[in-house]
Amino acid sequence: MGNFLVWVIWILAALACLGTGLAVVSFSNPFFSALALIGNLASLAVLYLLASAEFVAAAQILVYAGAVMVMFLFVIAYLGGRADTPWAGGPGWMQLGALVAGAALLVEVLVALLLKAGGRLSDEAAVPTSFGSPAEIGKLFLTDHLLAFEITSIVLLVAAVGGVVLGTKASAEDDGS
Amino acid sequence: MGPGVPWYLAVSGTLFAIGATGVLLRRSPLIVLLSLEIMLNSGNLALVSFSRLFGTVDGQVFAIAVMAVAAAEVCVGLGLIVAMARRNLPLDVDLLRELRG
Repeated sequence: MGNFLVWVIWILAALACLGTGLAVVSFSNPFFSALALIGNLASLAVLYLLASAEFVAAAQILVYAGAVMVMFLFVIAYLGGRADTPWAGGPGWMQLGALVAGAALLVEVLVALLLKAGGRLSDEAAVPTSFGSPAEIGKLFLTDHLLAFEITSIVLLVAAVGGVVLGTKASAEDDGS
Repeated sequence: MGPGVPWYLAVSGTLFAIGATGVLLRRSPLIVLLSLEIMLNSGNLALVSFSRLFGTVDGQVFAIAVMAVAAAEVCVGLGLIVAMARRNLPLDVDLLRELRG
């Protein structure tokens, strides 16, 4: 029974994930696209939970669906929801090329999966219940991956400063020119 | 036991293809950034499922680092879009061809 329930939740989350992904790509209003992306991130968090990645799921909801998407929605509200119609004037060669490239990627990934990558994808390792807990991830961050942790903090700092510079300098230069 | 790792990878690959199609197809830079987020997240899903396959947490640590870099990318990307809008440049990646891109 528990097995069946896990499958049902997994299939629902996967379908929601793919459906909202398609919605993000196909909505003409960026505001609705951003809302669909929030649904996409939430359903991905459910998939993370089922893959026993509790901390990543929590960080996904807090950082992504919370902070990053609020930033997106603020910018979309600031710019006004300008509609973007990719199919206006009929499909041109660029649109067709984009679709062909996306379909080629999909076929490539699915063929690689169907070949089972040498049959090594089926034997999952047994994991303890503490797998993916905040304690374990924090321990790894402060021991094995300390350099990556520090570099990430510097990258975030540089990006924040860059965002401020990009946001303010443009208006100053516009006054001069 | 729930679904195995190949199912996660199938969802991840399909999501990556959807995001790549969006990046190539759409003209609004905002939606290009949103599609980019989908691609980054599909990569995260693959990292998490491989981490489950091998029974090590390092993949999840990498997924969190990817999340932080994605937040930085959104910060710079949205700054660029706001700067473009302030200079009254068209918000259309097909019309921005000063760099011959």
